[in-house]
Amino acid sequence: MAVFTVPNIDIKGIAASVPKQVEDNEQFSLINEAERAMFIKTVGIRYRRVAEAGVTASDLCYAAADKLLNELNWNREEVKVLVFVTQTPDYIIPNTSSLLQEKLGLPKSCLVFDINLGCSGYVYGLSVVASLLQNMPNGKGLLLVGDVSTATISKHDKSTTPLFSDAGSATALQHEAGKQMHFNLQTDGKGYDDIIVPDGGFRNRVTEKSFEQVEYEKGISRSGLDMKLDGIKIFNFALREVAPNINGLLDDKGIDKSTVDYFVFHQANLLMLESVRKKLKVETEKVPYSLYDFGNTSSATIPLTIVTKLREQIQQQQLKLLLSGFGVGLSWGSAYIETDNIVCPQLIEI
Amino acid sequence: MSLQTFVTQFADGFNQTDPATINPHTEFRKLEEWGSMMALITIAMVDSEYGKTLTAEDIKGVNTVEELYNLINSK
Repeated sequence: MAVFTVPNIDIKGIAASVPKQVEDNEQFSLINEAERAMFIKTVGIRYRRVAEAGVTASDLCYAAADKLLNELNWNREEVKVLVFVTQTPDYIIPNTSSLLQEKLGLPKSCLVFDINLGCSGYVYGLSVVASLLQNMPNGKGLLLVGDVSTATISKHDKSTTPLFSDAGSATALQHEAGKQMHFNLQTDGKGYDDIIVPDGGFRNRVTEKSFEQVEYEKGISRSGLDMKLDGIKIFNFALREVAPNINGLLDDKGIDKSTVDYFVFHQANLLMLESVRKKLKVETEKVPYSLYDFGNTSSATIPLTIVTKLREQIQQQQLKLLLSGFGVGLSWGSAYIETDNIVCPQLIEI
Repeated sequence: MSLQTFVTQFADGFNQTDPATINPHTEFRKLEEWGSMMALITIAMVDSEYGKTLTAEDIKGVNTVEELYNLINSK
């Protein structure tokens, strides 16, 4: 396990944004009424936010970052780091973070780059921005995390469409002596194709065949440019790996689990998360869920859950939070952070 | 674990199927309600109650509830 601590770092604010357009799984026609009821009860997802064509993850993250920078009253010239975590960039080339740097009015002295990660991306991204800032006295940084996953899935695939939703987020971090974050990050590349968009990269370049819709079973048709998800493998992966990863972090750092105020999980699947919660022996009131209203928004689920479910607490209290992301890669990790009355604007809808 | 306990735990996962109609000889994959959701519910139950992992291939490789029980016992 890659367990490590990043000193001299603090979170100053978190914002999130979603598209206005809502889709309701009660209306999802690829499964019947009884199956819809079973899905909503078991997986826990009722509503999903869907970006219009042309609206990107960077647009959603820009809205969150612009609002957050204004509410923090930060001088944008002081932002030294911007990291954009996404699997749905504006372009294959160039890196989207450069476009965000310009659009947000950040200085040329700002270092920026993209990271290609999904469900684990928020935790990984925090570790990267925190690590970069720890040696920059007075340094300020932005972690922008989001995806328009609905653009990567087939509308004729009942195994993906009712799960995924779109969102963006912005987290403001600052060098601060005496503060720290703990991380435990892991990878298992054997499962690289458990969640995959097989065509469109450079292993399988786009050809005419990439667009062909193939019916794999009733209710599951997709092309090579659509996401394939092996639900059972991912479910078993989460049951096997998430609780040991979290326990490993807390044990290594000598943190008493009962002192953690909230465990904020990547919002993948209610049955899966409840199984993990029971393994961890954590009380229900310490595990907030946003997936009924917002579904699985990839790397944005953790900040989106904080903004929609813990906004009042994180603005007005000191909180001890355990964050856990897991999925595509396979990549997973947890972070232990302590927040102190941070800025957290209301959810933005664009 | 006993077979009867397992049958009860397995049947409890269903929403609309009368648990009384499920017995060791039930070919569960032929039940109208069986599908991917029921597979996940069964996997989660087996993980929490028995600490064993069921794969998609495991589930496809058996027909009756008793065969599933025997498979879990053999793991």
